[in-house]
Amino acid sequence: MSPLVSIEGLSVAFNGVPVLHGVDLTLQTGEAIGLVGESGSGKSVTWLAALGLLPRHARVAGSVRLDGREILGAPQASLDQVRGGRVAMIFQDPASALNPVLTIRRQLCETLALHRGLSGDAVKAEAKRLLDLVGIPDAERRLSAYPHEFSGGQVQRIMIAMALAGQPDLLVADEPTTALDATIQAQILELLSQVRRETGMAMVLISHDLGVVAENCDRVAVMYAGRIVEQAPSAHLFADPWHPYAQGLIGALPPLDGPRRRLTAIPGTVPDPQKMPGGCSFAPRCGLVEQACLRAAPRLAPLGDGRTVACVNAEASRKALLGIAAE
Amino acid sequence: MVRFFAIRIFRALLTIVLVVTFAFVVLRLSGDPALMIMGPEAPPEVIAAFRKAWGLDDPIWMQYVDYFGAIAKGELGRSMRDGRPAIALVLERIPATLMLTLPALVFKVGIGIPGGIYAALHRGSAIDRVVMITAVAGFTVPGFVLALVLVLVFAVQLGWLPSGGQESWRHAILPVATLGLGGAAVLARFTRSAMLEVLGQPYIRTASAKGVPWRMVVTSHALPNAAIPTVTILGFMVGTLIAGAVVVESVFAWPGVGRLLVVAVANRDLAVVQCILLLVAMTMVSSNLIVDFLYGFLDPRLRAKGAQA
Repeated sequence: MSPLVSIEGLSVAFNGVPVLHGVDLTLQTGEAIGLVGESGSGKSVTWLAALGLLPRHARVAGSVRLDGREILGAPQASLDQVRGGRVAMIFQDPASALNPVLTIRRQLCETLALHRGLSGDAVKAEAKRLLDLVGIPDAERRLSAYPHEFSGGQVQRIMIAMALAGQPDLLVADEPTTALDATIQAQILELLSQVRRETGMAMVLISHDLGVVAENCDRVAVMYAGRIVEQAPSAHLFADPWHPYAQGLIGALPPLDGPRRRLTAIPGTVPDPQKMPGGCSFAPRCGLVEQACLRAAPRLAPLGDGRTVACVNAEASRKALLGIAAE
Repeated sequence: MVRFFAIRIFRALLTIVLVVTFAFVVLRLSGDPALMIMGPEAPPEVIAAFRKAWGLDDPIWMQYVDYFGAIAKGELGRSMRDGRPAIALVLERIPATLMLTLPALVFKVGIGIPGGIYAALHRGSAIDRVVMITAVAGFTVPGFVLALVLVLVFAVQLGWLPSGGQESWRHAILPVATLGLGGAAVLARFTRSAMLEVLGQPYIRTASAKGVPWRMVVTSHALPNAAIPTVTILGFMVGTLIAGAVVVESVFAWPGVGRLLVVAVANRDLAVVQCILLLVAMTMVSSNLIVDFLYGFLDPRLRAKGAQA
């Protein structure tokens, strides 16, 4: 099956400082994939770059194909067809993501007119249907309201309605629940999975909340300092991480069952993009670092059961972890 | 909503009262109108008679009360110089001033706003730099310097345009250019920074992510937001339509309100000065009121706050 989206060697530099170093990622139709990693690891930048949404001073290289068609560097007109129509995006801070001086109707109908060619009464009916779908009560009347008249959770629902308006094949949700409180988070995630069940839409869930990703995604890619370091089906990755960084991330999560244990922290901090080490960018923080790690950044290599890991020491690292667990 | 505007209108009236009071105090403190108008050689009995005729020998608080009483009745007094009603003297000068300030306003808006938008959209380009350097120059060079430079170049050196007077439309070109260039520079700077601020907002990225073509992102998403700060400065410019040309009218010998004000102040022609100040305060205050109304129209968030206030 040919992938819906395939990203190859995607690199981004801001003012000559590289922040993304050749990201490879493929996404099948209808699949949900989670992108996890610390702030600044390049999760959002990957998708903003893929859709041409970065500011002009960003230098983007590589390839992004949608249904086999290259969209990186595509003409504006065809990019405008892709954005909102094939690939929709929702953002972290819903309150500032909607235009404060335009009504919800205006902002929803804009997408409907652009991507569905609807007009007149059909637009209004569809806008109302979408607000009903995402659970905004009294949709008819609320269409004439402005963003500041809604709560944070409601605004994110409206953002989701706007994303659905173009009937996209892929929804990129960039930290969709980070700015919301816990109960609202759960509601928004439930809404997203309900929408996916109904539409069969693929989803990229960008988050630094591992729990959210574990529950909602088929596959997870762990990013560190502008690279994907490990990629595997969710169940495998969370049960058995191979890359030392992925192990560190998951080791920092408190287990729900079993005896209480001390949470492990990853020593050190993420390297400054201006002073990235020559070899593996995790080497300065890694307990298993050896000469080979400092020479060149390891490439993602397949290791069976759908897993790819970028670590020269993946096997040893895994054994070390299993060893600790066995003790 | 009603209360919101009631408060604003009350504040506007208070501003006018304060302006008039301030003018009254400063003018009385700074010189004796009788001496100024009759001249220092006038016999003391003439001066005394003048004082009595104009009520200048009453206690100052009584003059102040009388003055406000008259204003409340719509009487703005007579010029001490030629005895004509002050309001008539001022009103006949207004068309001449508007002949300069209205075209200048059109120039400011027509050049400043598109210039600022263009510079913001092409930030860092050569044209942005040219616009910004011109704007800084226009911003910092005082009106009288610009006026004199324009006269030197276009009237004295090139001989293309007259240097003063009001005989034909050609006489208006240099004064309008002086007023317009500075204002356009201010507007361009404001519009540019307002646009840059708005273009960096997350909702602009949302609009692009929805597939809205860039031209529409600018016109229907960015401009309505950038209009809010721009309207403030525009309101200020409308407020100076009546008295914003004092310096320029003096340099170009243009018989408008500004020159009348300069002459009246020099003569301590109290009624005329106060009449002009009242008029200026009223235009300023009413343009501010209009700006407040426009805010409510442009920004739904302020509308909501106004309703609560």
